[in-house]
Amino acid sequence: MSASPLHQTAARPVLQPEGGVQPQGVLKLEGVEKSFGANKVLQGVDLSISAGEIVVLMGANGAGKSTLVKIIAGVHDADTGSIALDGVAFNPSSPAEAIRSGVCIVHQSINDGVAPDLSVAQNLLLDRLCNGETGFFFTPGKARKEAQTIAATLELDLDLDRPVRELNLADRQLVSISRALAQNPKLLILDEPTSSLSQREAERLFTIVEGLRASGVAILYISHRMSDIRRLADRIIALRDGRITGTFEKPLNYEAAVNAMLGHGLLATRNQAGERGEHLFEARDIVLKNGSAPFSFALARGEIVALTGLVGTGKSELAECMFGVRKPLSGAFELLAKTYDPASPGEAIAKGVFMAAKDRANSSIIPGFDIARNLTLPFLTSFSTMGTLNRRRENQSARIMIDQLDVVCQSEQDMLSALSGGNQQKVVIARWLSQPSRVLVLDEPFQGVDIRARGDIGRKLRETAQERATLILTAELDEALEVADRILVMSNHTIVGEHRTADLDMDALLAQISGASIIAQQAASVSDAAHGN
Amino acid sequence: MANTAKAQTRFRDLAIRYGFLVLLLVIVIFFTVMEPAFMSLRSMVFIFQSVSITAVLALGVTATLVVDGFDLSIGSVAASSMMTASYAMVVWGLGSVEAVALCLLLGLGVGLFNGLLVVVARVPDLLATLGTMFLLLGLQLIPTAGRSIAKGMMMPDGSTSTGEFDKSFLFLGRHRLWDIVPVSVIIMLALALVIWFFLEFTRWGRVMYAIGSNELASRLAGAPVSRYKIAAYMISGVSASIGGILLAARVGRGDVSSGNNLLLDAVAAALIGFAVLGVAKPNAFGTLVGALFVGVLLQGLTMMNAPYYAQDFVKGSVLVFALVFTFSLTRAARR
Repeated sequence: MSASPLHQTAARPVLQPEGGVQPQGVLKLEGVEKSFGANKVLQGVDLSISAGEIVVLMGANGAGKSTLVKIIAGVHDADTGSIALDGVAFNPSSPAEAIRSGVCIVHQSINDGVAPDLSVAQNLLLDRLCNGETGFFFTPGKARKEAQTIAATLELDLDLDRPVRELNLADRQLVSISRALAQNPKLLILDEPTSSLSQREAERLFTIVEGLRASGVAILYISHRMSDIRRLADRIIALRDGRITGTFEKPLNYEAAVNAMLGHGLLATRNQAGERGEHLFEARDIVLKNGSAPFSFALARGEIVALTGLVGTGKSELAECMFGVRKPLSGAFELLAKTYDPASPGEAIAKGVFMAAKDRANSSIIPGFDIARNLTLPFLTSFSTMGTLNRRRENQSARIMIDQLDVVCQSEQDMLSALSGGNQQKVVIARWLSQPSRVLVLDEPFQGVDIRARGDIGRKLRETAQERATLILTAELDEALEVADRILVMSNHTIVGEHRTADLDMDALLAQISGASIIAQQAASVSDAAHGN
Repeated sequence: MANTAKAQTRFRDLAIRYGFLVLLLVIVIFFTVMEPAFMSLRSMVFIFQSVSITAVLALGVTATLVVDGFDLSIGSVAASSMMTASYAMVVWGLGSVEAVALCLLLGLGVGLFNGLLVVVARVPDLLATLGTMFLLLGLQLIPTAGRSIAKGMMMPDGSTSTGEFDKSFLFLGRHRLWDIVPVSVIIMLALALVIWFFLEFTRWGRVMYAIGSNELASRLAGAPVSRYKIAAYMISGVSASIGGILLAARVGRGDVSSGNNLLLDAVAAALIGFAVLGVAKPNAFGTLVGALFVGVLLQGLTMMNAPYYAQDFVKGSVLVFALVFTFSLTRAARR
């Protein structure tokens, strides 16, 4: 029978919402503790999730969210405490066992969830291929048919034969989520699933998640994004320093939840708008893509400008042009009123144009290096005499930056892999703040960063902004509003609007973001979602 | 309880860091007890001399491993360099300085060729250098029609060669400073020192490690990645040609079949080097110790009358042991 996976899920007796009137406790954790060495990561965590419920888990970086998820997923064992699934003790010794028991996880790190060289169809069926259910002969035709069924149910609008490596991050994320959903999970854990999705794609994900809730799947949703939380949460659990510091039932009090997560209310990051000096950087008649309209803009000393727009509208391409990674099809840049046409990132850096690229794990971090050596990498000349490095000076400089950005670590000689996501991002930002720049471009600097770290980074950018022009690329409107003086809107590889944050016309901004060429219906759903905030 | 856990971690860290060096010490002591002559100066010098050419090649390979590349052509570069030196002196009658310069140029040229294949033509490193290896193995046979080169050899056109190996050239392979330390050992130690310093303490070395760890991030941090990669292959090529010069100077003829084992021995030494100090990455000190480790083991076993044909088995065992040590223990400790 070719019933869709979702319907199969609904058909599980335990999960039938109409069957048992009172919600079934699908997952129950009691007194779970976990230490790594002397470090107590989880201390007495109690948690229960029922079928057909979305529980949002909020926690700052390092609060223990990932550890909790890994224990449920069978990656780690709890030191003490008990876990029950459907009332039966549940101690998965491996992720595979957890999956067999109906616990599926979509990890934050997108590339963990897909096999890049396989096609979309093969990825969707990966778990089934791996556990041998498919039998010895599994013809491509049969695979395609099954994958098509899955894709249709999940409204996955991708070419099933394309290798995943050719997809952008957002599409990979959808594949990885779809792959988990193809398992008919009882409990689905989503770890910051929207962190690289555009609003439209996030909207699609929300619809899928709501459908799953209706069919009786229990969902543990980990996120920092208020828009996600407002949209989905039935219950919020705040985790801080390995303890549950608050459980919030409907009607949900979001401020109280944020407070419980951080231990203090949110400080407003927005400082006074920066003093706007002379133009440091100008772009004239830039064309990024065949057929896209040329655009111009200028960046002034002292201001922070946000470039916003949906994922895939050309923001990163513009940043790469400014940093010498690629060239615009036509048009020219000027830096300090002189022609600026960098042939390589090295030349851009030498001229004072710095860029922190998006997706830090792939494009910023040197995993084999400690914090200090990651920080100094672009500026080694200034830490060396006749080519010989001065380690003491490097460490000194690193300690100053760690201190200034409040990076949580033992010392500057920690490996970056030992830091939480937010602290890794702080190190990446600190690298480019450690030397004076004329233009600083930050591509999605708040990706996978909790609210507190985001506040720290925003404040630091503002403090240091006077002597340079700062351009922040973000698909998140609230991030742009929080940190920038001025917002440029990009759509279809061109700049379609400009706003001052101080006197913002929200409707016009949203209309520009949604873009003229996108079908009216989709545009409407984007702006609806944004208005829903 | 936390204290014992901490002490355990500390002990494990120490074991990973110094385990291999302690093992080397234990092996030396074992051989000394079994065969007191093992500890003699003569035997020690012999060990160093036996590994000197391998170590020189291995140090070059280390540079390519650092940028996450690989150079399979070093063995044939060494052999070609040996043939070049012999041909230059025996057939063309050149002096030792010209011969050495020619060999070094050959090494640099092959390194450049490898680098361009990898960087510009985007051939995967293993395949590119495999191709070069094959190319050179064939190329070195052509000028002499497959014959080895020695004084008074018969040329393909029927004439007899007139030149001979320069005395000062043979000095490189056969002379012993203070009647005990071979010149080749001095060259090996000097090259190890230079490459160690370069990789550990200069900004160029730092960038090479960065490229090996994350190429994209290094490029976006401003590193001219292509140039560094080409440079790494050129370092490898020139080291291999130095190895070839030492080999030619030691045997005093251009032998077509020598240098067969050099590639495997050198790569093994560099990989064993990952385990020394437990750093799990290519490093010059580790490479040198790796080469010596194999040398000590072979010398000791030979003195204890182990059969000659068991040597490769011993090398393989050490390599597998070192790789397991590197990739299981060290990686686990990093978690």
